[in-house]
Amino acid sequence: MMTFNQIKDLLLQKFGSEVIAGEQISGIQHALIIKKDSIADVCLELRDNERTYFDFLSCLTGVDHGVEDNRFAVVYHLASIPYKSQLTLKVIIEHDRSSDILPSFPTVSHVWKAAEWHEREAFDLTGFYFDGHPDLRRILLPDDWEGYPLRKDYVAAEEYKGIKIN
Amino acid sequence: MLSRKTRYAELTEHLEPEEMIINMGPQHPSTHGVLRLELITDGEIVKEVIPHMGYLHRCFEKHCESLSYQQIIPFVDRMDYLASMNNDHAFVMGVERMLGIDQDIPKRIEYIRVLVCELNRIGSHLIAIGTYGIDIGAFTPFLWCFRDREHIMNMLEWASGSRMLYNYIWIGGLFYDLPVGFEERCGEFIEYFKPKLKELDQLLTDNQIFINRTAGVGILPLDVAINYGCSGPMLRGSGLKWDLRRVDEYSVYPELEFDIPVGKGEMGKAGDCWDRYKVRVDEIVQSVHIIEQCLNRLQKELKRSPDFDPRAMLPKKIIPKEQDFYIRSENPKGELGYYFITDGKTEIPKRVKARAPSFSNLSVLPEIARGVLIADLVAILGSIDIVLGEVDR
Repeated sequence: MMTFNQIKDLLLQKFGSEVIAGEQISGIQHALIIKKDSIADVCLELRDNERTYFDFLSCLTGVDHGVEDNRFAVVYHLASIPYKSQLTLKVIIEHDRSSDILPSFPTVSHVWKAAEWHEREAFDLTGFYFDGHPDLRRILLPDDWEGYPLRKDYVAAEEYKGIKIN
Repeated sequence: MLSRKTRYAELTEHLEPEEMIINMGPQHPSTHGVLRLELITDGEIVKEVIPHMGYLHRCFEKHCESLSYQQIIPFVDRMDYLASMNNDHAFVMGVERMLGIDQDIPKRIEYIRVLVCELNRIGSHLIAIGTYGIDIGAFTPFLWCFRDREHIMNMLEWASGSRMLYNYIWIGGLFYDLPVGFEERCGEFIEYFKPKLKELDQLLTDNQIFINRTAGVGILPLDVAINYGCSGPMLRGSGLKWDLRRVDEYSVYPELEFDIPVGKGEMGKAGDCWDRYKVRVDEIVQSVHIIEQCLNRLQKELKRSPDFDPRAMLPKKIIPKEQDFYIRSENPKGELGYYFITDGKTEIPKRVKARAPSFSNLSVLPEIARGVLIADLVAILGSIDIVLGEVDR
């Protein structure tokens, strides 16, 4: 089983220093921050490298970091079944909240099929576009719902098709 | 924005003359709730399955933006409403670990938590087995399972005051100690339940009609299961010994003895519906074994004493340090995870995301149900054992 720093070194060796944008080591669980364009390659490498073997995607979360700093993040929770290890990856981008262009991330649904529905959920609730996703539709809300509820600036809808919501 | 055509549009826009779209659900009894399956069929053959969910969506994560940790617990109860104790336990464990108090929880509290969780696990599996029988066409197991589950619900109601949505496990402790006489009554139930379990086993497991309907149907290969993020009995049914109670060794599970049943393909091929069913039956046996050990310890070295207060450890203010934290635990349906983001200043989490096992387990359905008969689709869906409260959250 590789430690957090060993995995970091492995990625640095394989892809060079530009893929890792930073790390979060304040809490109990550490996270690697990956550059947006490299995330799919990094995930594929971490899945297929026999020293890491992260074959299981536990969770994928879309996060809106608040109206003040306009940062959006996707957090990947990876697990390795043979090594019983876990790893957190993050992609953080800035976005001006304009509604015509959604914050866009590369898809990892070709790495883990599990990501397909998780990414649809992040699209549905936080309004992220996943580039290359084969079936990006709303998953929990109706297709014609307006807005993305988990955005921090979301205003709760008052009615839906003439039905009052309260 | 969506320049590319979605797979859904490709599948449904042009149909061959012999193809027909049938909606199964959201009011279909075998979808176990409000799930709609859009089937593209050719006669009796299901060519594609497209699940549509969200009929029970309450946006739990939006509610969490304005609630304190303790207030979230009742919402967590309502996710997998058949296993509320397990949901609470995972959530509470995550918050306790962020606060750094998880090592200080008294042993009696931990054992009570495991006891009620395992009781709830049996209840959840009994529903899975009973309703699976009814999906296949066997009515009696359903009644028998519900009869025995009633005893569990009565006991948990006695402890918590509620039949299904318990709010019993609190951050740092419990709502109350077990009522006086609970351990004895629970022991009596176990004695009553063991022979009943054998009866149930004879009724369904070795039933030739049941085997014909389930063995070799809906085979889920192990690599597909892992790639789709399947967990719990789905993953173990495909033959992998993967149980987070053993992998993460949380709570007092390292001190308890139990096996991890896996599917071996006894009746058909490994990973078929029968295997998933059998894993659940075997897990009930293991849960009974765990409960016996818990009861033994709760009546001996961890006996109730007048000065024991399960609320003594409750933190006055729940403000974890600024961090991200992902906790996972073994729910009856699979890996239940919570992802917390905290800011270290307020009692309200910045973000809580729930990773529901049924959600990922359901996502594999279009893959394994391609090309099966409509009647087999019912058998496959039932063997996944979804709870829509958790899929939709």
